[in-house]
Amino acid sequence: MLETGIRLHGTALEEEDFKTHRVFYTTDIPKLQYAWDCGVAMGHYLKGLKQGKLLGTYCKKCKRTVIPPRVFCELCFRNMDKWVELKDTGIVNTFSICYVTWDMKKLIYPEIPAVIEIDGASKGKGILHLLAEVDPKQVKLGMKVKAVWKPKSEREGSILDIKYFKPI
Amino acid sequence: MKLRKVAVVGAGITKFVRRAQETAKELSYHATKMALDSCNMPLEEIDSVVHGTAPDAFDGVHMKGEYLSEASGGWRKPFMRSYVGGGTGVFAPINGWYLVASGMYDTCVVVCEEKMSSCQPHPQGAFLTIFDHTTERPLGPNLLWIFALEMNRYMQVHKIPREQIALVSVKNKRNALDHPSAQLGAELTVEDVMNSEIMAWPVTRLMVSPTSDGAAAVVLASEEVAKKITDNPVWISGVGWNLDTAYWTNRDLYYPEYVEKAARMAYKMAGIKNPREEINVVEPYDPFAYKELHHLEGLLLADKGQAPRITAEGITARDGKMPSCPSGGLLGVGNPIAAAGMMKICELFWQLRGEAGKRQVKNSPRTGLAQAWGDLMQVGTVVIMQRGD
Ligand SMILES: [Zn+2]
Repeated sequence: MLETGIRLHGTALEEEDFKTHRVFYTTDIPKLQYAWDCGVAMGHYLKGLKQGKLLGTYCKKCKRTVIPPRVFCELCFRNMDKWVELKDTGIVNTFSICYVTWDMKKLIYPEIPAVIEIDGASKGKGILHLLAEVDPKQVKLGMKVKAVWKPKSEREGSILDIKYFKPI
Repeated sequence: MKLRKVAVVGAGITKFVRRAQETAKELSYHATKMALDSCNMPLEEIDSVVHGTAPDAFDGVHMKGEYLSEASGGWRKPFMRSYVGGGTGVFAPINGWYLVASGMYDTCVVVCEEKMSSCQPHPQGAFLTIFDHTTERPLGPNLLWIFALEMNRYMQVHKIPREQIALVSVKNKRNALDHPSAQLGAELTVEDVMNSEIMAWPVTRLMVSPTSDGAAAVVLASEEVAKKITDNPVWISGVGWNLDTAYWTNRDLYYPEYVEKAARMAYKMAGIKNPREEINVVEPYDPFAYKELHHLEGLLLADKGQAPRITAEGITARDGKMPSCPSGGLLGVGNPIAAAGMMKICELFWQLRGEAGKRQVKNSPRTGLAQAWGDLMQVGTVVIMQRGD
Protein backbone atom coordinates (compact mmCIF):
# COMPACT_ATOMS: atom_id res chain seq x y z
CA MET A 1 0.00 0.00 0.00
CA LEU A 2 1.37 3.43 -0.87
CA GLU A 3 -1.34 6.01 -0.30
CA THR A 4 -1.02 9.71 -0.97
CA GLY A 5 -0.03 11.61 2.16
CA ILE A 6 1.71 8.68 3.92
CA ARG A 7 4.91 9.83 5.71
CA LEU A 8 8.08 8.27 4.35
CA HIS A 9 11.71 8.39 5.45
CA GLY A 10 14.00 10.90 3.70
CA THR A 11 14.67 14.39 5.06
CA ALA A 12 15.14 17.19 2.55
CA LEU A 13 17.97 19.57 3.48
CA GLU A 14 17.76 23.32 2.83
CA GLU A 15 20.46 26.04 2.72
CA GLU A 16 19.30 27.13 6.17
CA ASP A 17 20.24 23.74 7.66
CA PHE A 18 23.88 24.31 6.70
CA LYS A 19 23.97 27.98 7.75
CA THR A 20 22.61 27.20 11.21
CA HIS A 21 24.84 24.12 11.58
CA ARG A 22 21.82 21.91 12.16
CA VAL A 23 23.57 19.30 10.01
CA PHE A 24 27.23 18.47 9.45
CA TYR A 25 29.14 17.30 6.40
CA THR A 26 32.71 16.51 5.44
CA THR A 27 34.46 17.17 2.13
CA ASP A 28 37.31 15.75 0.07
CA ILE A 29 38.71 16.32 -3.40
CA PRO A 30 40.00 12.93 -4.61
CA LYS A 31 43.16 13.34 -6.66
CA LEU A 32 42.70 11.24 -9.77
CA GLN A 33 44.56 11.75 -13.02
CA TYR A 34 44.44 9.58 -16.11
CA ALA A 35 46.52 9.15 -19.24
CA TRP A 36 44.62 7.18 -21.84
CA ASP A 37 46.58 5.28 -24.46
CA CYS A 38 44.65 5.82 -27.64
CA GLY A 39 45.22 2.33 -28.93
CA VAL A 40 45.78 1.09 -32.45
CA ALA A 41 42.73 2.37 -34.34
CA MET A 42 42.42 5.67 -32.52
CA GLY A 43 46.18 6.28 -32.72
CA HIS A 44 45.97 6.05 -36.51
CA TYR A 45 42.88 8.29 -36.52
CA LEU A 46 44.67 10.98 -34.50
CA LYS A 47 47.70 10.78 -36.81
CA GLY A 48 45.27 11.41 -39.69
CA LEU A 49 43.81 14.43 -37.92
CA LYS A 50 47.29 15.89 -37.48
CA GLN A 51 47.70 15.58 -41.26
CA GLY A 52 44.31 17.20 -41.88
CA LYS A 53 42.55 13.96 -42.85
CA LEU A 54 39.50 12.10 -41.54
CA LEU A 55 40.06 8.32 -41.59
CA GLY A 56 37.54 5.50 -41.32
CA THR A 57 37.75 1.71 -41.40
CA TYR A 58 36.00 -0.61 -43.85
CA CYS A 59 34.50 -4.08 -43.33
CA LYS A 60 34.14 -5.93 -46.65
CA LYS A 61 31.79 -8.53 -45.20
CA CYS A 62 29.29 -5.95 -43.92
CA LYS A 63 30.17 -3.46 -46.70
CA ARG A 64 30.42 -0.75 -44.07
CA THR A 65 32.78 2.21 -43.62
CA VAL A 66 32.69 3.56 -40.10
CA ILE A 67 33.99 6.61 -38.27
CA PRO A 68 35.22 6.83 -35.52
CA PRO A 69 37.37 3.94 -36.75
CA ARG A 70 37.87 0.70 -34.82
CA VAL A 71 40.07 -2.36 -35.43
CA PHE A 72 37.16 -4.80 -35.31
CA CYS A 73 33.66 -4.87 -36.80
CA GLU A 74 31.16 -5.25 -33.97
CA LEU A 75 28.58 -6.75 -36.36
CA CYS A 76 30.47 -9.71 -37.88
CA PHE A 77 33.18 -9.72 -35.18
CA ARG A 78 36.19 -9.87 -37.50
CA ASN A 79 39.17 -7.60 -38.10
CA MET A 80 38.31 -4.56 -40.19
CA ASP A 81 39.71 -4.95 -43.72
CA LYS A 82 41.22 -1.57 -44.55
CA TRP A 83 41.66 2.10 -43.79
CA VAL A 84 39.74 4.58 -45.94
CA GLU A 85 40.41 8.30 -46.27
CA LEU A 86 37.09 10.14 -46.00
CA LYS A 87 36.17 13.70 -46.95
CA ASP A 88 36.21 16.50 -44.41
CA THR A 89 32.64 17.40 -45.35
CA GLY A 90 29.32 15.95 -44.30
CA ILE A 91 25.72 16.65 -43.34
CA VAL A 92 24.11 17.54 -40.03
CA ASN A 93 22.28 14.46 -38.69
CA THR A 94 21.07 16.21 -35.55
CA PHE A 95 22.09 19.21 -33.44
CA SER A 96 21.34 21.16 -30.29
CA ILE A 97 21.81 24.75 -29.18
CA CYS A 98 23.17 24.52 -25.66
CA TYR A 99 22.87 27.49 -23.30
CA VAL A 100 24.38 26.01 -20.13
CA THR A 101 27.64 24.48 -18.94
CA TRP A 102 27.77 21.01 -17.39
CA ASP A 103 27.30 22.51 -13.91
CA MET A 104 24.31 24.52 -15.10
CA LYS A 105 25.98 27.92 -15.43
CA LYS A 106 24.63 30.12 -18.20
CA LEU A 107 26.71 30.42 -21.40
CA ILE A 108 26.90 33.87 -22.99
CA TYR A 109 27.39 32.40 -26.46
CA PRO A 110 25.47 29.14 -26.95
CA GLU A 111 27.35 26.11 -28.26
CA ILE A 112 25.98 24.08 -31.18
CA PRO A 113 26.93 20.40 -30.75
CA ALA A 114 25.98 18.22 -33.70
CA VAL A 115 26.27 14.71 -35.06
CA ILE A 116 27.83 15.09 -38.52
CA GLU A 117 27.50 12.25 -41.03
CA ILE A 118 30.87 12.22 -42.79
CA ASP A 119 31.00 12.06 -46.61
CA GLY A 120 32.64 8.83 -47.73
CA ALA A 121 31.49 6.85 -44.68
CA SER A 122 28.42 4.62 -44.85
CA LYS A 123 25.07 6.35 -44.48
CA GLY A 124 24.37 7.45 -40.93
CA LYS A 125 27.96 7.05 -39.72
CA GLY A 126 28.99 10.27 -38.05
CA ILE A 127 30.98 11.96 -35.34
CA LEU A 128 30.20 14.42 -32.56
CA HIS A 129 31.57 17.92 -33.11
CA LEU A 130 30.61 21.59 -32.86
CA LEU A 131 29.16 23.93 -35.47
CA ALA A 132 30.21 27.59 -35.76
CA GLU A 133 30.21 30.51 -38.25
CA VAL A 134 26.44 30.02 -38.46
CA ASP A 135 23.38 31.68 -36.94
CA PRO A 136 21.99 29.02 -34.58
CA LYS A 137 18.51 29.67 -35.96
CA GLN A 138 19.67 28.76 -39.47
CA VAL A 139 20.96 25.27 -38.60
CA LYS A 140 18.90 22.51 -40.22
CA LEU A 141 19.04 18.73 -40.39
CA GLY A 142 20.64 17.70 -43.67
CA MET A 143 22.67 20.95 -43.88
CA LYS A 144 26.02 20.48 -45.68
CA VAL A 145 29.05 21.36 -43.56
CA LYS A 146 32.85 21.33 -43.83
CA ALA A 147 35.61 21.01 -41.24
CA VAL A 148 37.55 24.13 -40.31
CA TRP A 149 41.06 22.94 -39.43
CA LYS A 150 43.63 24.54 -37.19
CA PRO A 151 46.74 25.72 -39.09
CA LYS A 152 49.07 22.80 -39.76
CA SER A 153 51.70 24.01 -37.28
CA GLU A 154 49.18 24.02 -34.44
CA ARG A 155 47.72 20.57 -35.03
CA GLU A 156 48.71 17.98 -32.47
CA GLY A 157 46.77 14.79 -33.26
CA SER A 158 43.52 15.60 -31.48
CA ILE A 159 39.84 15.88 -32.35
CA LEU A 160 40.41 19.58 -31.59
CA ASP A 161 42.63 19.80 -34.72
CA ILE A 162 39.23 20.45 -36.28
CA LYS A 163 38.13 23.73 -34.71
CA TYR A 164 34.51 23.20 -35.76
CA PHE A 165 32.36 22.53 -38.81
CA LYS A 166 30.76 25.36 -40.79
CA PRO A 167 28.05 25.40 -43.47
CA ILE A 168 29.06 25.26 -47.15
CA MET B 1 15.43 -24.66 -18.96
CA LYS B 2 12.52 -24.91 -16.54
CA LEU B 3 12.06 -21.59 -14.77
CA ARG B 4 10.14 -21.21 -11.54
CA LYS B 5 7.43 -18.58 -11.09
CA VAL B 6 8.66 -15.53 -9.16
CA ALA B 7 6.43 -13.06 -7.32
CA VAL B 8 6.90 -9.60 -5.90
CA VAL B 9 5.46 -9.81 -2.38
CA GLY B 10 6.52 -6.54 -0.76
CA ALA B 11 7.76 -3.05 -1.63
CA GLY B 12 9.28 -0.04 0.12
CA ILE B 13 10.45 3.44 -0.80
CA THR B 14 11.84 6.65 0.73
CA LYS B 15 11.06 10.21 -0.20
CA PHE B 16 13.02 11.49 -3.20
CA VAL B 17 14.69 14.82 -2.37
CA ARG B 18 17.38 17.09 -3.88
CA ARG B 19 19.72 16.56 -0.94
CA ALA B 20 18.85 14.18 1.87
CA GLN B 21 20.13 14.40 5.41
CA GLU B 22 20.26 10.57 5.37
CA THR B 23 23.36 8.82 4.04
CA ALA B 24 23.29 6.28 1.21
CA LYS B 25 23.27 3.52 3.84
CA GLU B 26 20.42 5.10 5.77
CA LEU B 27 18.30 5.53 2.64
CA SER B 28 18.97 1.90 1.58
CA TYR B 29 18.09 0.68 5.05
CA HIS B 30 14.77 2.55 5.21
CA ALA B 31 13.59 1.32 1.79
CA THR B 32 14.66 -2.26 2.54
CA LYS B 33 13.09 -2.25 6.00
CA MET B 34 9.80 -0.89 4.65
CA ALA B 35 9.73 -3.56 1.91
CA LEU B 36 10.39 -6.37 4.42
CA ASP B 37 7.86 -5.02 6.93
CA SER B 38 5.22 -4.63 4.20
CA CYS B 39 5.11 -8.44 3.84
CA ASN B 40 6.11 -9.32 7.43
CA MET B 41 9.35 -10.96 6.28
CA PRO B 42 12.10 -11.14 8.87
CA LEU B 43 15.58 -10.73 7.37
CA GLU B 44 16.48 -14.31 8.39
CA GLU B 45 14.05 -15.56 5.73
CA ILE B 46 15.82 -13.67 2.93
CA ASP B 47 18.19 -16.00 1.05
CA SER B 48 19.88 -13.52 -1.29
CA VAL B 49 20.31 -9.79 -1.87
CA VAL B 50 20.71 -7.77 -5.08
CA HIS B 51 21.70 -4.12 -4.96
CA GLY B 52 21.42 -1.67 -7.83
CA THR B 53 23.26 1.63 -7.76
CA ALA B 54 24.80 3.80 -10.48
CA PRO B 55 28.37 5.11 -10.79
CA ASP B 56 30.63 5.07 -7.74
CA ALA B 57 31.56 8.61 -8.81
CA PHE B 58 28.30 10.06 -7.44
CA ASP B 59 29.19 9.07 -3.90
CA GLY B 60 32.96 9.23 -4.23
CA VAL B 61 32.96 5.79 -2.63
CA HIS B 62 34.61 3.00 -4.58
CA MET B 63 33.08 -0.50 -4.22
CA LYS B 64 29.75 1.11 -3.50
CA GLY B 65 27.87 -2.19 -3.72
CA GLU B 66 29.87 -3.74 -0.92
CA TYR B 67 29.68 -0.47 1.02
CA LEU B 68 25.87 -0.60 0.93
CA SER B 69 25.49 -4.36 1.39
CA GLU B 70 24.59 -4.45 5.07
CA ALA B 71 22.19 -1.53 4.65
CA SER B 72 20.35 -3.65 2.08
CA GLY B 73 20.02 -6.65 4.38
CA GLY B 74 23.07 -8.32 2.86
CA TRP B 75 25.05 -9.03 6.03
CA ARG B 76 26.64 -12.48 5.57
CA LYS B 77 24.40 -13.36 2.65
CA PRO B 78 24.95 -14.04 -1.06
CA PHE B 79 25.06 -10.46 -2.35
CA MET B 80 25.48 -9.03 -5.82
CA ARG B 81 25.46 -5.59 -7.38
CA SER B 82 23.88 -4.91 -10.77
CA TYR B 83 24.79 -1.95 -12.91
CA VAL B 84 23.81 -0.81 -16.39
CA GLY B 85 23.75 2.96 -15.89
CA GLY B 86 20.26 4.46 -15.94
CA GLY B 87 18.86 1.03 -16.82
CA THR B 88 19.94 -0.33 -13.43
CA GLY B 89 16.64 0.13 -11.57
CA VAL B 90 14.87 -2.36 -13.83
CA PHE B 91 17.97 -4.53 -14.36
CA ALA B 92 18.48 -5.23 -10.63
CA PRO B 93 15.04 -6.91 -10.27
CA ILE B 94 15.85 -8.97 -13.39
CA ASN B 95 18.99 -10.19 -11.59
CA GLY B 96 16.90 -10.94 -8.48
CA TRP B 97 14.31 -12.69 -10.63
CA TYR B 98 16.81 -15.17 -12.07
CA LEU B 99 18.29 -15.96 -8.68
CA VAL B 100 14.80 -17.18 -7.67
CA ALA B 101 13.52 -18.41 -11.08
CA SER B 102 16.62 -20.59 -11.48
CA GLY B 103 15.89 -22.42 -8.25
CA MET B 104 19.05 -21.10 -6.56
CA TYR B 105 17.10 -19.28 -3.84
CA ASP B 106 13.52 -19.02 -2.60
CA THR B 107 13.70 -15.36 -1.64
CA CYS B 108 15.60 -12.26 -2.69
CA VAL B 109 15.42 -8.64 -1.65
CA VAL B 110 16.28 -6.18 -4.42
CA VAL B 111 17.32 -2.69 -3.31
CA CYS B 112 18.17 0.31 -5.47
CA GLU B 113 19.68 3.48 -4.07
CA GLU B 114 21.23 6.70 -5.29
CA LYS B 115 22.61 9.66 -3.44
CA MET B 116 23.63 12.04 -6.19
CA SER B 117 23.93 15.17 -4.05
CA SER B 118 27.31 14.23 -2.57
CA CYS B 119 28.93 15.00 -5.92
CA GLN B 120 29.86 18.70 -5.98
CA PRO B 121 29.32 21.25 -7.38
CA HIS B 122 26.80 19.32 -9.48
CA PRO B 123 26.23 15.57 -9.97
CA GLN B 124 26.43 16.18 -13.74
CA GLY B 125 30.20 16.10 -13.23
CA ALA B 126 30.02 12.35 -12.69
CA PHE B 127 28.19 11.92 -16.00
CA LEU B 128 30.87 13.61 -18.11
CA THR B 129 33.08 10.53 -18.00
CA ILE B 130 30.57 8.51 -20.04
CA PHE B 131 31.79 10.30 -23.17
CA ASP B 132 34.71 8.83 -25.14
CA HIS B 133 37.90 10.27 -23.69
CA THR B 134 39.65 10.69 -27.05
CA THR B 135 36.95 11.63 -29.56
CA GLU B 136 34.32 13.37 -27.43
CA ARG B 137 35.52 14.67 -24.08
CA PRO B 138 37.95 17.22 -25.58
CA LEU B 139 34.87 18.94 -27.10
CA GLY B 140 33.58 19.77 -23.61
CA PRO B 141 30.27 17.91 -23.80
CA ASN B 142 27.64 17.84 -21.08
CA LEU B 143 24.92 15.28 -20.50
CA LEU B 144 22.18 17.56 -21.84
CA TRP B 145 23.79 17.34 -25.28
CA ILE B 146 22.94 13.71 -25.89
CA PHE B 147 19.34 14.17 -24.79
CA ALA B 148 18.93 17.33 -26.87
CA LEU B 149 20.53 15.66 -29.92
CA GLU B 150 18.30 12.60 -29.59
CA MET B 151 15.14 14.64 -28.95
CA ASN B 152 15.81 16.87 -31.95
CA ARG B 153 16.38 13.88 -34.23
CA TYR B 154 13.15 12.24 -32.95
CA MET B 155 11.13 15.45 -33.35
CA GLN B 156 12.41 16.30 -36.81
CA VAL B 157 12.15 12.83 -38.34
CA HIS B 158 8.48 12.63 -37.29
CA LYS B 159 7.70 16.38 -37.46
CA ILE B 160 6.50 16.41 -33.86
CA PRO B 161 5.72 19.85 -32.39
CA ARG B 162 7.43 20.59 -29.06
CA GLU B 163 4.03 21.36 -27.48
CA GLN B 164 3.11 17.68 -27.78
CA ILE B 165 6.28 16.69 -25.97
CA ALA B 166 5.64 19.32 -23.25
CA LEU B 167 2.36 17.54 -22.52
CA VAL B 168 4.32 14.63 -20.97
CA SER B 169 5.82 16.99 -18.36
CA VAL B 170 2.35 18.36 -17.57
CA LYS B 171 0.87 14.87 -17.16
CA ASN B 172 3.69 13.34 -15.10
CA LYS B 173 4.27 16.29 -12.78
CA ARG B 174 0.53 16.42 -12.10
CA ASN B 175 0.42 12.66 -11.40
CA ALA B 176 3.32 13.12 -8.96
CA LEU B 177 1.22 15.40 -6.74
CA ASP B 178 -0.37 12.18 -5.44
CA HIS B 179 2.92 10.33 -4.81
CA PRO B 180 4.23 10.59 -1.24
CA SER B 181 7.87 10.32 -2.41
CA ALA B 182 7.57 13.11 -4.96
CA GLN B 183 10.13 15.87 -5.29
CA LEU B 184 8.62 17.89 -8.14
CA GLY B 185 4.86 17.35 -8.31
CA ALA B 186 3.20 20.40 -9.88
CA GLU B 187 0.12 21.64 -11.65
CA LEU B 188 1.47 23.16 -14.87
CA THR B 189 0.29 24.12 -18.34
CA VAL B 190 1.91 23.32 -21.69
CA GLU B 191 2.78 27.05 -21.88
CA ASP B 192 4.63 26.86 -18.55
CA VAL B 193 6.77 24.01 -19.88
CA MET B 194 7.37 25.70 -23.26
CA ASN B 195 8.24 29.03 -21.64
CA SER B 196 10.61 27.62 -19.04
CA GLU B 197 14.30 28.36 -19.63
CA ILE B 198 15.83 26.72 -22.70
CA MET B 199 18.76 24.64 -21.47
CA ALA B 200 19.82 22.87 -24.65
CA TRP B 201 17.38 23.43 -27.49
CA PRO B 202 14.90 21.74 -27.89
CA VAL B 203 15.02 20.86 -24.17
CA THR B 204 13.56 23.32 -21.64
CA ARG B 205 14.03 23.16 -17.88
CA LEU B 206 10.58 21.68 -17.20
CA MET B 207 11.23 18.85 -19.68
CA VAL B 208 14.10 17.56 -17.49
CA SER B 209 13.90 15.40 -14.36
CA PRO B 210 15.76 16.63 -11.27
CA THR B 211 18.81 15.07 -9.61
CA SER B 212 17.75 13.32 -6.42
CA ASP B 213 18.62 11.24 -3.37
CA GLY B 214 16.41 8.24 -2.60
CA ALA B 215 15.96 4.49 -2.40
CA ALA B 216 13.35 1.84 -3.25
CA ALA B 217 13.18 -1.93 -2.72
CA VAL B 218 11.08 -5.05 -3.40
CA VAL B 219 10.95 -8.53 -1.90
CA LEU B 220 10.86 -11.44 -4.39
CA ALA B 221 9.74 -14.99 -3.57
CA SER B 222 9.26 -18.32 -5.32
CA GLU B 223 5.66 -19.45 -5.91
CA GLU B 224 5.61 -21.77 -2.91
CA VAL B 225 6.95 -19.14 -0.52
CA ALA B 226 4.91 -16.30 -2.05
CA LYS B 227 1.63 -18.14 -1.46
CA LYS B 228 2.47 -18.46 2.24
CA ILE B 229 3.24 -14.76 2.53
CA THR B 230 0.35 -13.17 0.66
CA ASP B 231 -2.97 -13.86 -1.05
CA ASN B 232 -2.11 -11.12 -3.47
CA PRO B 233 1.26 -11.84 -5.14
CA VAL B 234 2.26 -9.95 -8.28
CA TRP B 235 4.09 -12.24 -10.71
CA ILE B 236 7.09 -11.26 -12.79
CA SER B 237 5.89 -12.79 -16.05
CA GLY B 238 8.53 -11.49 -18.44
CA VAL B 239 11.96 -9.88 -18.42
CA GLY B 240 14.15 -8.50 -21.20
CA TRP B 241 17.30 -6.49 -21.64
CA ASN B 242 19.48 -5.43 -24.53
CA LEU B 243 22.49 -3.24 -25.29
CA ASP B 244 23.32 -1.33 -28.43
CA THR B 245 26.76 -0.05 -29.47
CA ALA B 246 28.50 2.74 -27.55
CA TYR B 247 29.36 4.25 -30.99
CA TRP B 248 26.17 6.30 -30.61
CA THR B 249 27.03 8.67 -33.49
CA ASN B 250 26.76 5.67 -35.82
CA ARG B 251 23.07 4.98 -35.04
CA ASP B 252 19.84 6.73 -35.98
CA LEU B 253 18.74 8.12 -32.63
CA TYR B 254 15.14 8.65 -33.76
CA TYR B 255 14.20 5.13 -32.60
CA PRO B 256 15.53 2.93 -29.74
CA GLU B 257 15.98 -0.47 -31.45
CA TYR B 258 17.54 -1.94 -28.30
CA VAL B 259 14.39 -1.10 -26.28
CA GLU B 260 12.31 -2.93 -28.90
CA LYS B 261 14.59 -5.96 -28.63
CA ALA B 262 14.34 -5.95 -24.83
CA ALA B 263 10.55 -5.58 -25.04
CA ARG B 264 10.17 -8.41 -27.55
CA MET B 265 12.20 -10.70 -25.26
CA ALA B 266 9.92 -9.85 -22.32
CA TYR B 267 6.67 -10.12 -24.34
CA LYS B 268 7.70 -13.54 -25.63
CA MET B 269 8.43 -14.79 -22.11
CA ALA B 270 5.13 -13.39 -20.83
CA GLY B 271 3.17 -14.83 -23.77
CA ILE B 272 2.01 -11.38 -24.83
CA LYS B 273 0.99 -11.26 -28.49
CA ASN B 274 -0.71 -7.88 -28.65
CA PRO B 275 0.99 -5.52 -26.19
CA ARG B 276 -1.30 -2.56 -26.88
CA GLU B 277 -4.32 -4.59 -25.72
CA GLU B 278 -2.60 -6.64 -23.02
CA ILE B 279 -0.46 -4.04 -21.20
CA ASN B 280 -2.91 -2.17 -18.96
CA VAL B 281 -0.48 0.14 -17.15
CA VAL B 282 3.02 1.18 -18.16
CA GLU B 283 5.92 2.92 -16.44
CA PRO B 284 8.36 3.83 -19.24
CA TYR B 285 11.59 5.61 -18.31
CA ASP B 286 11.05 9.39 -18.46
CA PRO B 287 14.20 11.31 -17.42
CA PHE B 288 13.26 13.81 -20.15
CA ALA B 289 9.74 14.42 -21.49
CA TYR B 290 10.42 13.06 -25.00
CA LYS B 291 11.90 9.86 -23.54
CA GLU B 292 8.49 8.61 -22.39
CA LEU B 293 7.22 8.94 -25.98
CA HIS B 294 10.40 7.48 -27.50
CA HIS B 295 10.12 4.50 -25.15
CA LEU B 296 6.38 3.90 -25.66
CA GLU B 297 7.26 3.49 -29.34
CA GLY B 298 10.26 1.25 -28.65
CA LEU B 299 8.03 -0.88 -26.41
CA LEU B 300 5.66 -1.26 -29.40
CA LEU B 301 2.86 0.42 -27.40
CA ALA B 302 2.53 3.11 -30.08
CA ASP B 303 3.43 3.29 -33.76
CA LYS B 304 6.66 5.13 -34.60
CA GLY B 305 6.00 8.86 -34.23
CA GLN B 306 2.50 8.28 -32.79
CA ALA B 307 3.17 8.33 -29.03
CA PRO B 308 2.58 12.12 -28.93
CA ARG B 309 -0.86 11.57 -30.52
CA ILE B 310 -1.97 8.91 -28.02
CA THR B 311 -0.74 11.20 -25.22
CA ALA B 312 -2.75 14.13 -26.60
CA GLU B 313 -5.82 11.86 -26.86
CA GLY B 314 -5.57 11.00 -23.16
CA ILE B 315 -4.90 7.28 -23.69
CA THR B 316 -1.86 7.51 -21.38
CA ALA B 317 -3.61 9.64 -18.72
CA ARG B 318 -4.19 8.05 -15.34
CA ASP B 319 -7.86 7.46 -16.26
CA GLY B 320 -7.02 6.48 -19.86
CA LYS B 321 -7.02 3.09 -21.58
CA MET B 322 -3.25 2.59 -21.05
CA PRO B 323 -2.07 4.86 -18.24
CA SER B 324 1.62 5.78 -18.56
CA CYS B 325 3.67 6.91 -15.55
CA PRO B 326 0.71 7.07 -13.14
CA SER B 327 3.36 7.39 -10.40
CA GLY B 328 4.45 10.76 -11.75
CA GLY B 329 7.60 9.27 -13.26
CA LEU B 330 11.09 10.64 -13.00
CA LEU B 331 9.86 14.04 -14.16
CA GLY B 332 7.59 14.35 -11.13
CA VAL B 333 8.68 11.91 -8.42
CA GLY B 334 12.40 12.52 -9.05
CA ASN B 335 15.40 10.79 -10.55
CA PRO B 336 17.77 9.12 -8.07
CA ILE B 337 19.07 7.05 -11.00
CA ALA B 338 18.82 3.38 -9.95
CA ALA B 339 16.11 4.07 -7.36
CA ALA B 340 14.00 5.79 -10.03
CA GLY B 341 13.73 2.60 -12.10
CA MET B 342 12.93 0.60 -8.97
CA MET B 343 10.27 3.19 -8.05
CA LYS B 344 8.53 2.11 -11.30
CA ILE B 345 8.62 -1.57 -10.27
CA CYS B 346 7.16 -0.60 -6.87
CA GLU B 347 4.43 1.46 -8.56
CA LEU B 348 3.35 -1.50 -10.71
CA PHE B 349 3.23 -3.65 -7.57
CA TRP B 350 0.91 -1.19 -5.86
CA GLN B 351 -1.16 -0.49 -9.00
CA LEU B 352 -1.70 -4.20 -9.80
CA ARG B 353 -2.78 -4.86 -6.20
CA GLY B 354 -5.15 -1.88 -6.22
CA GLU B 355 -3.11 -0.25 -3.46
CA ALA B 356 -2.06 3.01 -5.09
CA GLY B 357 -4.61 5.23 -3.33
CA LYS B 358 -5.27 8.46 -5.22
CA ARG B 359 -2.81 7.34 -7.92
CA GLN B 360 -4.83 4.19 -8.63
CA VAL B 361 -5.53 3.77 -12.36
CA LYS B 362 -9.16 3.22 -13.30
CA ASN B 363 -8.93 0.24 -15.67
CA SER B 364 -8.39 -2.43 -12.95
CA PRO B 365 -5.09 -3.47 -14.53
CA ARG B 366 -4.06 -7.09 -14.84
CA THR B 367 -0.67 -6.62 -16.52
CA GLY B 368 1.90 -3.85 -16.27
CA LEU B 369 5.30 -3.05 -17.76
CA ALA B 370 8.23 -1.10 -16.31
CA GLN B 371 11.21 -0.03 -18.39
CA ALA B 372 14.49 1.77 -17.77
CA TRP B 373 17.20 3.06 -20.07
CA GLY B 374 20.71 4.40 -19.85
CA ASP B 375 24.38 4.75 -20.67
CA LEU B 376 25.17 6.32 -24.05
CA MET B 377 21.53 5.93 -25.17
CA GLN B 378 22.18 2.22 -25.54
CA VAL B 379 20.56 0.03 -22.87
CA GLY B 380 16.93 -1.06 -22.50
CA THR B 381 15.68 -3.04 -19.49
CA VAL B 382 12.09 -4.33 -19.25
CA VAL B 383 10.03 -6.15 -16.59
CA ILE B 384 6.43 -7.30 -17.08
CA MET B 385 4.34 -7.89 -13.98
CA GLN B 386 0.97 -9.59 -13.67
CA ARG B 387 -1.70 -9.72 -10.99
CA GLY B 388 -2.23 -13.27 -9.79
CA ASP B 389 -5.51 -15.09 -10.32
ZN1 LIG C 1 31.50 -6.63 -40.45
